[in-house]
Amino acid sequence: MKTRTPRYLENSLQAVFFMCAAISAVTTVAVIGILAVETWGFLQQISLVEFLFGTRWSPLLHPKSYGLLPLLAGTTLIVVGASLVALPVGLASAIFLSEYASERTRNILKPVLEVLAGIPTVVYGFFALTFVTPLLRIVLPDTHVFNAASAAIVVGIMVLPMVASLCDDAFRAVPDNLREGAYSLGATSFEVTTRIVVPAGLSGVFAAFVLAISRAIGETMAVTLAAGATPNLTMNPLESIQTMTAYIVQVSLGDTPAGTLTYQTLFAVASVLFLVTLCLNIAANMIMKRFQEVYE
Amino acid sequence: MSSQENIILSIDDACISYGGKLAVRNVSLPIYEKKITAIIGPSGCGKSTLLRSLNRMNDFIHGCEQSGRISFRGEDLYDPGTDPVEVRLRIGMVFQRPNPFPKSIYRNVAWGPGINGLDGDLDDRVEKALRQAALWDEVKDRLQDSALTLSGGQQQRLCIARTLAMEPEIILMDEPCSALDPVSTARIEDLLFELKENYTIVIVTHNMQQAARVSQHTAFLENGVLVEYGDTDEVFTNPSNKRTEEYVTGRFG
Repeated sequence: MKTRTPRYLENSLQAVFFMCAAISAVTTVAVIGILAVETWGFLQQISLVEFLFGTRWSPLLHPKSYGLLPLLAGTTLIVVGASLVALPVGLASAIFLSEYASERTRNILKPVLEVLAGIPTVVYGFFALTFVTPLLRIVLPDTHVFNAASAAIVVGIMVLPMVASLCDDAFRAVPDNLREGAYSLGATSFEVTTRIVVPAGLSGVFAAFVLAISRAIGETMAVTLAAGATPNLTMNPLESIQTMTAYIVQVSLGDTPAGTLTYQTLFAVASVLFLVTLCLNIAANMIMKRFQEVYE
Repeated sequence: MSSQENIILSIDDACISYGGKLAVRNVSLPIYEKKITAIIGPSGCGKSTLLRSLNRMNDFIHGCEQSGRISFRGEDLYDPGTDPVEVRLRIGMVFQRPNPFPKSIYRNVAWGPGINGLDGDLDDRVEKALRQAALWDEVKDRLQDSALTLSGGQQQRLCIARTLAMEPEIILMDEPCSALDPVSTARIEDLLFELKENYTIVIVTHNMQQAARVSQHTAFLENGVLVEYGDTDEVFTNPSNKRTEEYVTGRFG
């Protein structure tokens, strides 16, 4: 018998594919390893309690202080604000797309949403700074030039397509025969949507929400451009703040020598960021798994 | 005989098409009150389409168009002033595959009466419907369990109970036993006998024995055309049309 591919070629191809697959795994492990080592170095000098519960973040200016809470507050403000925009609007868009839109409308809207998801985030940041902030300042004159609200709004718009798209998938996964069953009992479209489709797709909706929050936490460019660089323990969205991600950008752009404490703060902050998003993504995955078992 | 038979639903010259393709052609048919009417015919003959037109379920199918007149107690179901939701309140439907909601057994039955604000005690209504559907004894201790934990046959009886809880005047059944085993099928047929005391039933079925056993009137459809309609005994033992005879004796279909 004649084999089409020589065995040695077969084997080496397999090795190449394995290497490709291994790259992403190795990278992940390496990132975690470096984060862990540098964070450990940081924690040798600053106690974990001081880091996590300190209320002043000033690693660059004297008197130096390494309390993470202002950065966490900044990130929280952005996440809450973005969620207020993205979750309700995304959910409503998904309901419209899956339950009310005609096939034609859907075929136009869905690609538009996907384009929205593809816009570079720096464009959103610029948009926040030059359009949303001036608008906010007309309505609320107290608004600072750099402020959390404007950044939160654009981060919300940024993650909205993802929320809409994932929720839409969840609703469309609800079998049509459930809708028919509900209609045959004298339900209106609104009742079918709110009492059958949304509850049946609820775990998909939750998973979408968690992923959206996770993305909002990790979002960098828009908040760096529009929210400012003031580590500020505040819940006032009209003030300038700094998020964890924006801090990392700020220090990375400066000329901080490697091995210094300031340098290590980068990794400590990144570790927190990584752990929070990791937990959220795991949570989203677990919810999704449950969601697959719902119907049968 | 005809003196005690009232026509509750009258189909006159109904044509139904999907995207220009005619699925039901000029069908005229009476549906008698508190009787079981069976619609039989080979796959794709339009029997489900015809059935679904009787409570406006075809409204959800893209490109489905209808002409002719279907009147329910003298009212045109397709009149622009007729509210399809109201139609479905009075004409319920049980589907081919059991489609319980992913909710508890209790909530499945209570759902319709709940959203429509029907009078009376909800618990009583649920119990009554489950008893009528011959499911009560099997589920009375586990009403809060998910409906999806029930077997296929139980799920279908739950769907019947869910429809009964609305106390519709007509129940449309689209091959309700096609996804079930023979034991479950027999239970549902027993159930149909009891239900016809109080309800008008229109059943689409593939199974000719079933049509012969449960119905009083039978309509035979082929390629969207009503070939024969009459008393079930007549249609099965002494059909007037050759095609009907060939179909009911199992020579095709």
